[in-house]
Formats: sequence, structure tokens, C-alpha cells
Amino acid sequence: MRQQAAVAAKVFIQRDYSNGTMCQFQTKFPSELETKIDKQQFEETIRTLNNLYTEAEKLGSQSFVEGCLACLTAYAVFLCMETHYEKVLKRISKYIQEQNDKIYAPRGLLLTDPIERGLRVIEVTIYEDRSFSR
Amino acid sequence: MKNCEYQQIDPRALSASPLSAQNPAEKKVQRPRRKWEAFPGKNRFFCDGRLILARQNGVLPLTLGLIVVTSGLFFAFDCPFLVEHLTVCIPMIGGVLFLFVVASLLRTSFTDPGILPRATADEAADIERQIDTSGSSTYRPPPRTKEILINQQVVKLKYCFTCKMFRPPRTSHCSLCDNCVERFDHHCPWVGNCVGKRNYRYFYSFIISLSFLTSFIFGCVITHITLRSQAGKGIVQAIQESPARYPLYSLCFHTYLVASNLTTNEDIKGSWSGKRGAEESGNPYTYSNIITNCCVTLCGPMPPSLIDRRGFLPPDEAIPAAARLRSLPGPECPHVAVWLLAPPTLCVPLRQPPDLQFQSFD
Repeated sequence: MRQQAAVAAKVFIQRDYSNGTMCQFQTKFPSELETKIDKQQFEETIRTLNNLYTEAEKLGSQSFVEGCLACLTAYAVFLCMETHYEKVLKRISKYIQEQNDKIYAPRGLLLTDPIERGLRVIEVTIYEDRSFSR
Repeated sequence: MKNCEYQQIDPRALSASPLSAQNPAEKKVQRPRRKWEAFPGKNRFFCDGRLILARQNGVLPLTLGLIVVTSGLFFAFDCPFLVEHLTVCIPMIGGVLFLFVVASLLRTSFTDPGILPRATADEAADIERQIDTSGSSTYRPPPRTKEILINQQVVKLKYCFTCKMFRPPRTSHCSLCDNCVERFDHHCPWVGNCVGKRNYRYFYSFIISLSFLTSFIFGCVITHITLRSQAGKGIVQAIQESPARYPLYSLCFHTYLVASNLTTNEDIKGSWSGKRGAEESGNPYTYSNIITNCCVTLCGPMPPSLIDRRGFLPPDEAIPAAARLRSLPGPECPHVAVWLLAPPTLCVPLRQPPDLQFQSFD
């Protein structure tokens, strides 16, 4: 039986700037989630996301070749090619969806992809357990 | 600080009416709106949100006009003579440079510079709740800066009243465009847009190619005059006195910025120039290597646009909460605007998401 859920609260995981302006999120476990999810599980999710963002912004040979090629073609190549960053962002979206389906939704939580919040925060929505209130 | 009168508001008034109450006939008439149509900044959009420009686009038409007219005159009057007396490569090189300049200019002008979308109502409420710990009923302006450590150096993050968030490091709010821009360099009236994280490389390639183009055209003009009159100054001295020196000055300045991983904003303010007495305050963002700094700035991975211009607005949120707030009384005082979002409760009750359902656990 499906039923609508009401939003009880929202928790925002802020960015971690201790290593510069690279996109990293704080791994500190918020107190509001203590009763909802295992700390290790949550920190594992955030760490995986941080690793994916590091990969997206990595200054590797691939991004360098992409940059040089783009420069030589007066950046026209970006019109027909997906950048490395965009490819990793798609992987991140898929990962978040998987995590939501497997781990967070059964516990009444929902992770919002940070790209929908301008890469500022990871929004965790806590839903009320209405099904138990009958 | 202005003394504003607090007006409490029912958070449920901020939400639209539930879908079920909506007239089905009205639903059919509403076409899906894209996010750029409800964008709160002072920008103009073209091609259904694909291209973005500042509303105050300054002298972009003049810049384009100058480049096109100068190059046009060059191709019309100098090239025929020089092709005949020197080589056919001259108009070819000129043509390539011209195309590169125009492409870079248009790319700089029409690319999102790295605009940060404004905080949602929930985020703003969360930030307000975190910094206002007194819990008093009268609104007391909380501290608007936050200190963090970046590579063991203290950096102050400022709170942006307009965007309702603590600005990330190196982000600045452009008053002309009314947006927070990441790695904000400056607002350039010549290109009619801000120069920031996403379009700095295009801006740099614009000034490099423009310097080459103006030097090239001027060199060809001098050669033309010299060949015709068999008299005149040397090329180097001519360039030194030519109008080409202005783009060259700009190029030298921005090359210095790129090599030190600085923005114009930081350089003008002297953010890392050690003005803080004995304390060591170097640039925490530099890689201490000129080549690495250049690579990071010009050839680093291209970050995506964060404002999702062509995304569709949810059907029951045609007007974003921030815009709706402006129509409420007391818009002059931003403190009231934020306080209205966060009534003094711990959990902000929000509307039910109509399309999200959970399976029951029995």
C-alpha cells in the first residue's frame, strides 16, 4: 500500500573548504539523523560522493587534453562533446539514486543531488513515518 | 542597521495550493516554464535559455563593431596590396585570428560565468537557525561572516543578503548582474558579462588573440605604408606607440594573474598581499608553480553551469519563493525577509510533496 509522506525536517550537509575550493562535503554526522541511519553508512555515502567529485575536478591528462583540444578549436568542441565533469556528474546522479532506493528511502530519508542546489549542500529530507500513526 | 518590524508569516502560505484543488482546465493551459524564465538575477537569456548575457551588457556591440570594422578595413585595403607584394598567407593568418577573436568574445559574453543559484527557502531558514542561537523574539542581526581554514590559512566567508547563503571562498556578488559568481574576476563592460570561473579561459583567449590580431594588423599596416613610401619607423617602435599596446597591457596583467592563480578582485583588494602585519598570508589557492597555476586556470576541467537554465520549473512553483518574498511587505530590510522564512520553531513544516510516495512497511 502506498501513501503520501509529509516532510518532517531537512538537514543540510555543508561544503568542506579545508582543502581549497574543490567540491567536498563535510563528513560530520548530523545529530538529526542519529535515530534514522547508521553513522558508518552515512559517512560512507558522503565519502564516496567526495571521491567522485575529486575525480570530476581532477587535473589529469584527460582534462588537460580536453582543455587543449577545446582551445585549439576555439571551444567549438564543447558544443558536440560532453565534458569529463559532466560524465562524472551523471555517475554521481546514478549513485545517489541507487543509494536512495536501497538505503535511504526504506528509512524515510531522501538525498537530493547537490547539483540541484548549485553544489552548495547535500539536502537530506526526513519524512514522517505516517504509516505507523494508524 | 534599520529597525525592522517583525511580521510572522504562516509557512504554508508560501506554498502553492495542492494540485488536486487546481482546475483541470487551467492545468492544460499552463505550458511548462523553463527555469531561466523565473531566474532572479539581472540577466538576459537568448535561444530559450542556451545563451546568457548581463542585462547591463555595456559596450559589447561597440567591441564587436570595432573588431569587425577594423578587420574589415584591413581585409579590404591592406590585404590586396600585401598579397601582391608579400604573400597570400597574410589574409589567411588574419582571417584565422579574426575568427578566433570573435569566437572567444562571443563565448565569453554568452557563457554563464559561474553563477551560484540562490539558496532555497529551506536552506536560508537552516542557516538563520544555526547562526541565531539566542532564540529571542526580537530580531538581532547575527554576525555576517564565518571564518574557516583553507590550507591552514584563515579565510572569512561573507553572508550574501541577496542570495541568502555564506558565499563560498573566491565568490563575489556582482551588483550589476545581481548574482553571486564563483571565482569572480570582474564585470567586464567590453564583453557585457561577468568574468568568473566558467568563462575566464574564454576571456583570456579573447585578450590573447585580440593582442595578436591588433599587433598583426598594425604590423601589416606599417609594412604597407613602409612599402608604399619606403620610409618610416621600425616595426617594434611602431607597435610600442600603437593602439595595440592596450590589449597587450591587459594581456600582460591577466598573464600575471593566471600564473599566480589570482583574480582581479583579489589583486585589487590585496587579499593575499601580506597587509596583515607579521602574519604570513600568502595565497592559499596557488599551487606554487607557474605551469600548474596556468594549467589549472586555463586547461582545468570545465565545470558545469549550476543554474540549470533550460530545466523545467515544477508546475506548482511558477514563481520561486524568493520572488514571492519580494511582494511581501517590508522588502527594503533583508533581515525581515529572512526572518519571515524562519519562524521560531525547530522543524519548519513544509507542504507535502505531491508526487513522492513511500511504500508502507507492513
